[in-house]
Amino acid sequence: MLSQKTKDTLLGPLNVNNPVVVQILGICSALAVTVQLKPALVMGIAVTIIVAMSNVIVSLIRKSIPMRVRIIVQLVVVAALVTLVSEILKAFAYDVAMQLSVYLGLIITNCILMGRLEAFAMTNNAWDSFLDGLGNGFGYALVLVIVAVVRELLGAGQLLGFQVIPESFYAAGYENNGMMLMPAMALILVGCIIWAHRAINDKEGK
Amino acid sequence: MEWLYNIWKKFGKNFEEGGKLAKLSSFYDAFDTFLFTPNTTAKRLGAQIHDGSDSKRTMILVVLALVPAMLFGMFNVGYQHLLATGQLATGLTAALWWKAFGFGLLAVLPYILVSYIVGLGIEFTVAQIKHEEVAEGFLVTGFLIPLIVPINTPLWMVAVATAFAVIFAKEVFGGTGYNIFNVALITRAFLFFAYPTHMTGDEPFVRIGSTWGWDGGAAVDGFSGATPLTQMATGTPVELGFWDMANGLIPGSVGETCLWAILLGACLLLCTGVASWKTMLSVFVGGACTAWLFNQFGSADNLAAQYPWYMHLVSGGFAFGAVFMATDPVTSARTECGKWIYGFLIGLVAVLVRVLNPGYPEGMMLAILLMNAFAPLIDWCVVQVNINKRLKREAAK
Repeated sequence: MLSQKTKDTLLGPLNVNNPVVVQILGICSALAVTVQLKPALVMGIAVTIIVAMSNVIVSLIRKSIPMRVRIIVQLVVVAALVTLVSEILKAFAYDVAMQLSVYLGLIITNCILMGRLEAFAMTNNAWDSFLDGLGNGFGYALVLVIVAVVRELLGAGQLLGFQVIPESFYAAGYENNGMMLMPAMALILVGCIIWAHRAINDKEGK
Repeated sequence: MEWLYNIWKKFGKNFEEGGKLAKLSSFYDAFDTFLFTPNTTAKRLGAQIHDGSDSKRTMILVVLALVPAMLFGMFNVGYQHLLATGQLATGLTAALWWKAFGFGLLAVLPYILVSYIVGLGIEFTVAQIKHEEVAEGFLVTGFLIPLIVPINTPLWMVAVATAFAVIFAKEVFGGTGYNIFNVALITRAFLFFAYPTHMTGDEPFVRIGSTWGWDGGAAVDGFSGATPLTQMATGTPVELGFWDMANGLIPGSVGETCLWAILLGACLLLCTGVASWKTMLSVFVGGACTAWLFNQFGSADNLAAQYPWYMHLVSGGFAFGAVFMATDPVTSARTECGKWIYGFLIGLVAVLVRVLNPGYPEGMMLAILLMNAFAPLIDWCVVQVNINKRLKREAAK
């Protein structure tokens, strides 16, 4: 259905060219919003939408942007979209917006966005840029969700706020791991994902 | 350490055919191999190594040095249990003495087993995967872990923490000798941050309930299992004196309470040259200086700041950390001048944490881990200063 190139654009960032575990971008927010699954999911979706939309917009106007001021123009586009998304979140999902706090606004400076705009949207057409934005957003969201699942499950015994680990476990002496709630553990988990990712991809020779 | 070897050999005469202890000669042989094999040394020509010490011998010596602290810790676990359940009201008889030791032995043994089984299991697996030999490093780590955890820590937590430490503090860096942080302390740090309720407070340090169903009991009225440092952090004046602390019949992590047992170990480490006396001494000096300054200029409301400087040195894990943790040859500074700086800063940070952060009653673990991270930097600076000095001297010629 899709040509090989489109497929690479869309699916590459999920695995072999993942923005977080391969390019090591966006680590800061990956540590900050992954204590629970819900904010991590929302953050992943927000970033996906913003990357995809800003990629399209910048790609459409790429020929009329003067090279010298391109970063400012890109920032204006991203900032406008971030404001839009954060206002929508505040209106419809106030609690999550509060949990994400500054990190929602800080999407403006997220390295993944600037990286995609500079490296891809400035030199490709709108449709490819859109796919690239979606792919990178999903790649970022994927890592966030994996980290958040482990942290919320082991740190609070919950997933999306629902108690997953049964009471009988706690009665038998099990306890939630407070270390999982600390940013340090998120970094170690990202490290583990990178470890597993490299180990698998090396074996497949990618 | 040649004089020590001579004593050992003289002692060995007892085990020869017809000697007093001839029946135990296999024990002597075993220890002889542990401690003095290989005994081939280079000839005394030029700059060469005169002692064929290898890491196996070093590790065994550290374990031997830890034995007094371990034995005393076992006794103290039982003693605190008897004290808490009111069985010592009539004084310590010989029967109660043995009961205390037996109780402690049964209580501590599972920790030793768990730490060795989990740690060595991972070491063997990794060695198998990487096609390497199993290194001796975990011998000491596995012995240290039971000594630095409170006696009421659930065993599965110790297992999880040991696994975490061995994998993430050691194996990912390349195994024994390559770790940046002290593995045993990472185990404790993991427990400390992951399960804080089991690591501080009144509950963790004295086992009141039974061990394997033996000798359960309830705490007598007025008994508090709080360690002196916990008391201080919660604003209770410490009543125990210097000698109580040094003698070590007080609540605390298993191996950290008795100063004399620790000093005995320190003697062995220093005589055999395994640990550096510079690091050890400078930790105490750093802690004493900082605590003294707080005594002079600290706030009068802060109990920890007004705690006498010599008391800081004997309370909590200060002495244990200084003797067995700070001197870890892998994670400490290696330059001679760097050892002074490294040790001094450990003592300084440990007292700083105790005094200025009421959330953390004990700062020794955090201080050593922090300085572990800085040890390479200290070494680098010392080497650079030396290089610059010599360059200047050359230029002046």
